[in-house]
Amino acid sequence: MFDLLGTKLASRLLLGTAQYPSPAILAEAVKASGTSVVTVSLRREMADGRGGQQFWSLVNSLGVRILPNTAGCHSVKEAVTTAKMAREVFGTSWIKLEVIGNHDTLQPDVFGLVEAAHILCEDGFIVFPYTTDDLVVAERLLEAGCKVLMPWCAPIGSALGPVNIMALRSMRGHFPDVPLIVDAGLGRPSHAATVMELGFDAVLLNTAVAKAADPVGMARAFSKAVDAGREAYGSGLLEPRDVAVPSTPTIGRAVFS
Amino acid sequence: MKLIVNGEALEARAATLDALLKELDYEGNWLATALNGDVVPAANRAEFRLADGDRIEILSPMQGG
Repeated sequence: MFDLLGTKLASRLLLGTAQYPSPAILAEAVKASGTSVVTVSLRREMADGRGGQQFWSLVNSLGVRILPNTAGCHSVKEAVTTAKMAREVFGTSWIKLEVIGNHDTLQPDVFGLVEAAHILCEDGFIVFPYTTDDLVVAERLLEAGCKVLMPWCAPIGSALGPVNIMALRSMRGHFPDVPLIVDAGLGRPSHAATVMELGFDAVLLNTAVAKAADPVGMARAFSKAVDAGREAYGSGLLEPRDVAVPSTPTIGRAVFS
Repeated sequence: MKLIVNGEALEARAATLDALLKELDYEGNWLATALNGDVVPAANRAEFRLADGDRIEILSPMQGG
């Protein structure tokens, strides 16, 4: 079991609910991933007032914890208001806080992020900030009251995987006791395994599963990769070296000449 | 009274936010509302009187990453 801020979770994989081919495949992928937490958002209800109902029923039927997001918010005010609306609808004080600062990279506006995090933490929210791998920003977020950090490893939906391993390793080293969840940019199960091997506590992904040819199979593959990476981290990885070291004992080797 | 609901201009008779939801056939405990940029909890909708030109957002759960 994974203890995340006092909540016991069966899996270290958090899954987004967007972009699946159908609601049925979403539900199957959630099951196959073994996840205990899914992310959701709030959007304008359609004129007939029924659009959100089906999705809401589906999410409730999954039996997993909800992590609402403030995706698409570009200002502190938008993000804070959306978070408060999410708290009311979803009945949770957990919020994945996004304050987007750049349209092309969907990079967080880290200044607005810290400000919004401060307001929401003061208001009793458990803030999961979607941030960069910048250590100083991470410090500010912790000072603002965040108990968990969610650095990107590459731009959202890019599938590039960890583009700056050194920064991620540095983050893990600087904040040994803070839950760190890699959010955004993972494209392959091996990417997830890599960041888990670095000692990250969990990963949050969406596009890599939802847009796979077989989302259910990919959800299962990511689940295995996350588990493998975590177990490898806990088992003590061998440091790489530049010269060969024979694995078979040299003592007792036969001499034929 | 002229209102902007989810970005669309419309004419409504309702005097309160609660009445407006009923008038527009929005129902359900999965809806969240904001008036002129500020959250209005469900419990307070009946008290919130609407004025000409008010901007109302009605949100519901949606897929998200």
